[in-house]
Amino acid sequence: MAYSDKVLDHYENPRNVGAMDSEEGSVGTGMVGAPACGDVMRLQIKVSDDGIIEDAKFKTYGCGSAIASSSLVTEWVKGKTLDEASEIKNTAIAEELALPPVKIHCSVLAEDAIKAAVNDYKKKQGSQES
Amino acid sequence: MKRPIYLDYAATTPVDPRVVEKMTECLSMEGNFGNPASRSHSYGWQAEQAVETARKQVADLINADPREIVWTSGATESDNLAIKGAAHFYGKKGKHIITSKVEHKAVLDTCRQLEREGYEVTYLDPQSNGIVTADQVKGAIREDTIVVSIMHVNNEIGTINDIAAIGELTRENKIIFHVDAAQSAGKIEIDMQAMKVDLLSLSAHKVYGPKGMGALYVRRKPRIRLEAQMHGGGHERGMRSGTLPTHQIVGMGEAFRIAKEEMVEENQRLLTLRQRLWDGLVGLEEVHINGDPELRVSGNLNVSLAFVEGESLLMALKDVAVSSGSACTSASLEPSYVLRALGLADELAHSSIRFAIGRFTTEEEVDRVIETTCEGVKKLRELSPLWDMFKDGIDLSTVEWAAH
Repeated sequence: MAYSDKVLDHYENPRNVGAMDSEEGSVGTGMVGAPACGDVMRLQIKVSDDGIIEDAKFKTYGCGSAIASSSLVTEWVKGKTLDEASEIKNTAIAEELALPPVKIHCSVLAEDAIKAAVNDYKKKQGSQES
Repeated sequence: MKRPIYLDYAATTPVDPRVVEKMTECLSMEGNFGNPASRSHSYGWQAEQAVETARKQVADLINADPREIVWTSGATESDNLAIKGAAHFYGKKGKHIITSKVEHKAVLDTCRQLEREGYEVTYLDPQSNGIVTADQVKGAIREDTIVVSIMHVNNEIGTINDIAAIGELTRENKIIFHVDAAQSAGKIEIDMQAMKVDLLSLSAHKVYGPKGMGALYVRRKPRIRLEAQMHGGGHERGMRSGTLPTHQIVGMGEAFRIAKEEMVEENQRLLTLRQRLWDGLVGLEEVHINGDPELRVSGNLNVSLAFVEGESLLMALKDVAVSSGSACTSASLEPSYVLRALGLADELAHSSIRFAIGRFTTEEEVDRVIETTCEGVKKLRELSPLWDMFKDGIDLSTVEWAAH
């Protein structure tokens, strides 16, 4: 299958690869997918006191499109508020990377990863407040 | 542009230059272009002679009588003709067929079609090493079993089934035994005088012959009858009509002649190359061979590189032409049904690569493949959350995944 130049670029030079300490209160971790399905994404965000995503890291087990989708969203969420980040839609990811129909699920997974990371962060904050 | 290193010989092979030469002689105005069925002139006689020489060459490789060879368009057609042809002809005797879950789609889909026609099919699970045993077949035989279809060598994992043992069993029970030998002909010995196989499918393009050409061996003693699937001019003793493609047939004949002559030597060379490849890859942690490590054809190395997804590895191996058992392209994201049937964990099934070495593979190529594979695996494991978890000592099977 031929990949788009953007997918290839993210695959060759993935942005923001890495891990953060998931125990830390300012870090939200989202892990989505399953090995059985052939893709697992882990997206982590570091949120500042005023609710802005300062940093993001990812690691992904999956095809080139899954790697590219998660790499792309680490770039996109940086500098956004939690609400803004949660509004990122899979269709925008798919469009940016020119994903073919059979690879749309990769962008869906990336959207889910953002939501899961945001929720994890919010849950932590909530439990800290109470 | 430099072409990728070809390590997909189980998918197809390039036509051997010696075969090309023989084939082109049958295409030109000056050459042997006649219709082998033409009885009234020398063009026809000459073409017929070439076809019969080829028939003998194909028969010789499997130690059969040339009169037992029926030309077809390939192993898929041979499988269809064998299984449907026998099931239809002997359908009054019974309606039960035995096959395995790791057969080629040409066999599985043919069986599915027969199920729609009212036949009943038992699909045997292979052992975890990929082998289907005679005992398993024995356990599935019923009063009304008419056909058993088991492949000689598996196309994905290269494992070799003991068809001689299964043949003893089927003959004893008066059941017709079909073997798909597309992946074994020219790679391991096939002796139709010794093996009690009744129908055997052959392909030309897996043995350095042309695509679109195959044959079906149909045993004469005891005589096996088939209902034709292609009707027309009554060619091939009525079993398969259609004008014989002289150039294709001559190509298959020459390819099989070469295979017979060079098989032993070639296998030695391929084994050395495969060992070299394995030695180069085994240094990576968590590399597993899929299928029995010993009972396999010399050119096949199917490995799972754990915690790396197959399709992304193919991207890393962009300078190498190989196949992956992972098919992350459909909505279901199903990995290879063959690896699944072995009971492989999903992440290992998704992490598999089939290296298939062949006649024109060189030592330098193998070394380059080792280098790129190791680089790619290291890079992708750096990217893999599963690798992190493995390194942290987490058992992935205990994790609750959000399947999607």
